[in-house]
Amino acid sequence: MASMREIKRRKESIQNTSQITAAMKVVSTAKLQKAKGRVEASKPYFHYMHDAVTSILAKSDNVDHPYLQSNNSKKIAVIVVSSNRGLAGGYNNNVVKLLTQGDMEKEDVFVYAVGRKGRDSLKRNGYEIKADFSEVMNEPLFSDAVDIGRAVLEAYAKGEIGKIYIAYTVFKNTITQIPTLTQLLPVAVEVGEKKADDLVLMNYEPNAEEALDKIIPKYVNSMIYGALCEALASENGARMQAMDSASNNAEEMIADLSLKYNRARQASITQELTEIVAGASAIE
Amino acid sequence: MADNKLFHIQVVSPDRVFYEDDIEMLEVCTTEGEIGVLAGHIPLTSIVAPGVVRFIQSGETKEAALHDGFIEILPDKVVILAESCEWPDEIDIHRAREAKTRAERRLKGADGEINEARAELALRKALLRLQLGNKKVK
Repeated sequence: MASMREIKRRKESIQNTSQITAAMKVVSTAKLQKAKGRVEASKPYFHYMHDAVTSILAKSDNVDHPYLQSNNSKKIAVIVVSSNRGLAGGYNNNVVKLLTQGDMEKEDVFVYAVGRKGRDSLKRNGYEIKADFSEVMNEPLFSDAVDIGRAVLEAYAKGEIGKIYIAYTVFKNTITQIPTLTQLLPVAVEVGEKKADDLVLMNYEPNAEEALDKIIPKYVNSMIYGALCEALASENGARMQAMDSASNNAEEMIADLSLKYNRARQASITQELTEIVAGASAIE
Repeated sequence: MADNKLFHIQVVSPDRVFYEDDIEMLEVCTTEGEIGVLAGHIPLTSIVAPGVVRFIQSGETKEAALHDGFIEILPDKVVILAESCEWPDEIDIHRAREAKTRAERRLKGADGEINEARAELALRKALLRLQLGNKKVK
């Protein structure tokens, strides 16, 4: 059995760690509340943006536009949204796995990284990091999303890449976050459900091509912004959970070690007593 | 046609629902010029240019600065998806003035086409903010 001092030292160190994890949990809970508010506030915009774009595309069946068709480039741009800090359980790993275990060829992928953790582990895996926007993740603004959007759209317009995906974590609720890979460009329209108002003839000013030319980048930007907001909420949710279970584990270990410590103490007392009794009886 | 016919308008920006109400008339700047929208407008999708947007409701006019986005006019409602949109009292005149100077400086020393276009857009936004912001002071 380990010595009393050893057990005590171990117990103290675990206690210190659990204090840290408890504090981190509180911090990420507060951050989560903020991030959640942001997701809520931005939801109507994406809802309408998505509605508007799908309805525009549904009404303009035969519009020939580069944003709607894949060009010949085999290269794929993936915007990978992860976090700058670790200790968030499987959060970063799950996003990275979307790529490493997906069916895209490593050689064809250009990574636009948002978040240091995802960037580093993809780099280790041999992916090409085209651009890095990691500092954005601390406080994503709409203008940041516009910057990222501009970078990928320029590459797309030049024909360097043929498809744009975004890999991020959807914030379902505090305990469920789902890593997802979504195609941004060419715009994937869900065909099939044609509602009555889809049949209204839509007019465009100046004309359909030019309108799409302006609207699709806005759509891409807003999708990126939405992904950033959701990812931030997911990150803090994941960290909160990770820290919660770490605190629980620490508590369990402390209870276990306390028991061991008490047993060791009792054992040493018993031993001392036995020695005294033995010594006393030897004298008699 | 009956006057005071109302239609539903929603102005949505990434961080909030900016404005939502039933109004009589809407005036908005598009890339093709200013347009006025009454109830029963034909379906139209257009790109918003930086400008003043006016919501007219029972004789009262509300003004706001609308910087970027697009407008979708549907038979039953009008949706403006704005990338940024502000009420006059939210405008920081000081910042707008700085932005104006910055944009003008950049336009003078423009070194590339793309920069020029962006600086011009920034200048227009700054001017718009000043225009609306100064009105508030008077």
